[in-house]
Amino acid sequence: MVTETESTPAVEFIDVVKYFGEWGQRHRVLHGVSYSVPRGKTTVIAGGSGQGKSVTLKLVLGLLKPDSGRILVDGQDVTRLGGRKLRDLRMKFGVLFQGAALFDSLSVFENIALPLRERTRLTEQEIEERVADTLETLELTGHEKKFPAQLSGGMQKRVGLARALQLEPEIVLFDEPTTGLDPVMTQDIYNLFRRTQEKLGYTAIIVSHDIPKVFDLADQIVLLNKGEIDVFTDVAQIKDSEKPYIREFAEMTLGDLFEADSKKG
Amino acid sequence: MTFWVKPFFYLGDNCLYLLADLGRMGIFLFAALAGLFKRPFRGKELLKQLHFIGAGSINVVFFTALSTGMVLGLQGVYTLQKFGADGMLGSGVALTLIMELGPILTALMVAGRAGSAMCAEIGIMRISEQIDALECMAIDPFRYLITPKFLAAIISVPLLTAMFDVVGIYGGYLTGVQMMGVSSGSFFNGMMNSVSNHDIQLGLIKSFVFAFLLVWISTGRGYFVLQIRGAGFGAESVSKVTTQAVVLSSISVLIFDYLLTAVLL
Ligand SMILES: Nc1ncnc2c1ncn2[C@@H]1O[C@H](COP(=O)(O)OP(=O)(O)O)[C@@H](O)[C@H]1O
Ligand SMILES: [Mg+2]
Repeated sequence: MVTETESTPAVEFIDVVKYFGEWGQRHRVLHGVSYSVPRGKTTVIAGGSGQGKSVTLKLVLGLLKPDSGRILVDGQDVTRLGGRKLRDLRMKFGVLFQGAALFDSLSVFENIALPLRERTRLTEQEIEERVADTLETLELTGHEKKFPAQLSGGMQKRVGLARALQLEPEIVLFDEPTTGLDPVMTQDIYNLFRRTQEKLGYTAIIVSHDIPKVFDLADQIVLLNKGEIDVFTDVAQIKDSEKPYIREFAEMTLGDLFEADSKKG
Repeated sequence: MTFWVKPFFYLGDNCLYLLADLGRMGIFLFAALAGLFKRPFRGKELLKQLHFIGAGSINVVFFTALSTGMVLGLQGVYTLQKFGADGMLGSGVALTLIMELGPILTALMVAGRAGSAMCAEIGIMRISEQIDALECMAIDPFRYLITPKFLAAIISVPLLTAMFDVVGIYGGYLTGVQMMGVSSGSFFNGMMNSVSNHDIQLGLIKSFVFAFLLVWISTGRGYFVLQIRGAGFGAESVSKVTTQAVVLSSISVLIFDYLLTAVLL
C-alpha cells in the first residue's frame, strides 16, 4: 500500500495541449507535454518569460483547462473534476502566485490567518500563535497590521509563502518565490523551503528564474521552450545537452559554471 | 475568408458570444444563490456590505428624494391648477413616488454608487488572481465574496426605497403645501384615500427586483472581467467592465420597470 502510493507520481502530465486566443489568432502555449513530478521531490520549471510556466501551474490546479490531454494529481484527472471534488483536491495544495495574490482588503495577519480560519477549527489564540511563528521565520514581525499595498514586492512574496504553507500542504506550487528578493533573503527562503520540506515531506513544483541557485534544490529540472519540454535530473545533464536552445540557455544562465566546465572538456 | 461569408461569420460569432455570456451569468446567479446555504455564513462581511450599500447610500438617496419630491410638488400644482384640481396633489405626488420614481431612482443611485464599486472590487480581485487564490484555498468565492453583497443589496435597496418615498412625499408637501398654498388637509386626505396596499406592494416588488438585477449584473461583470469581449486587459479592462455594469444595470432596471408595471398594475 505504502509502496504503491510512493511509486505513483504526485502530478502527471499526459499529452497536454493548451491554446490561448480566439478564432483566427489562436496560439499554442503547450504542444503536447508529458512528464511526471515525483512524490516528495522538488521539480524546478525554468524557461524564458512567456513560455507557459505559470500556465502550467494553473493547469495543475484546474484553474485553466487544457484543450486536450490529461493531468493527474494523485491519480485523479483534474481536467475532469469540478465542484466539490475539485475543491477537495485543491486542499492538498499550497500555492504562491507569481503576483502573490494577497487579499488587498485584509491585513498581513488576516491574510495568513485566512486559511486557518476558514479551513481549520483552531481557536483564535492558536491561530495567533501560529501566525506569529511564521511571521518570525519570514522576518515579517512588526508588519502584521500592514496591508498588502503597503509592502514591497519581496515582502508580499514572503507573506504569500507564509499563507501557502499554513495548511501543511502535500504539494506546493511556487511561482517565482524569490523574484524581487535580495540574495540574503533568497537564501533564507531556500533554507526555509528545505526545512519545511524536511518536516512536511511535500512535493514541490517551483517556477524560478534564479538559476543556477535554485538547481541546488532540484531533484528534477524541466526546461520549457516554445511549448516543448526537456526534463533533466541535474545541471550536468543540461550542460551535456546537444540541443541548440539548451546550449544557449546553459551559456546564458549557468555562466561561470558552464565556462569552467567547457574549458576543462 | 471571402467577403460574402464575413457578415455571417460575425453574426454567428456574436450570437455565440451572447449565448455564452447569458449562460455564464445564469450559472453565476445560481452559484451566488447557492452560497446562501453554505456554511460558515459570513455575518461580519454582510454587516460591512450593509453599511456600504445601505448606510452609505442614505445621503445620495435623501437628496435625490427631496429634490424629486419638491419638483413634483411644484410641477403638480402647476398642472393641476389648470383643471382646478389641486386637491389631487397629495395623491399624485404619493402615487408617482411609491409606484415609479422611488424604486427606479433609488436603484439607479445605488447602481451608480455601490454597483460600480462592487464591480471594480471584484474585477480587481479577479485580475490580480485573488479569486484564484481563494479557490486554491478551497474557499468558495461565492459564499465568501458574492453572496454577502447579494444579501446586502436585497435588504438595503427596499429600505432605501421606503426612505425615498417618505422623504419625497415630504418634499412635495414642502413645495405644494407650504410654498404654493395647497391645503394641507386635502394633500394628506387625497394621499390616504388613493394609495392602496396594492400600490405599495408594487413599489416593493419593483425595488426587490431592481436590487437583484443591479447586484447580479455588477458583481457578475466584475467576476467575468477576463471573459468579456473587447474589455482589453489590466486596469483598463476593469474600468470598461465597470462602465458596462452601470449601463447594463440601469438599462435593465428601466426595462424591468416597464415590464413589471405592465404586468402588475
Ligand atoms: N489568460 C490568458 N489569456 C491569454 N493568453 C494567456 C493567458 N495567460 C497566459 N497567456 C499566454 O500564455 C503564454 C504563457 O504565459 P505564462 O505562463 O504566464 O508565462 P511565464 O512562463 O512567463 O509564466 C504567454 O504568451 C501569455 O501571453
Ligand atoms: Mg509566470
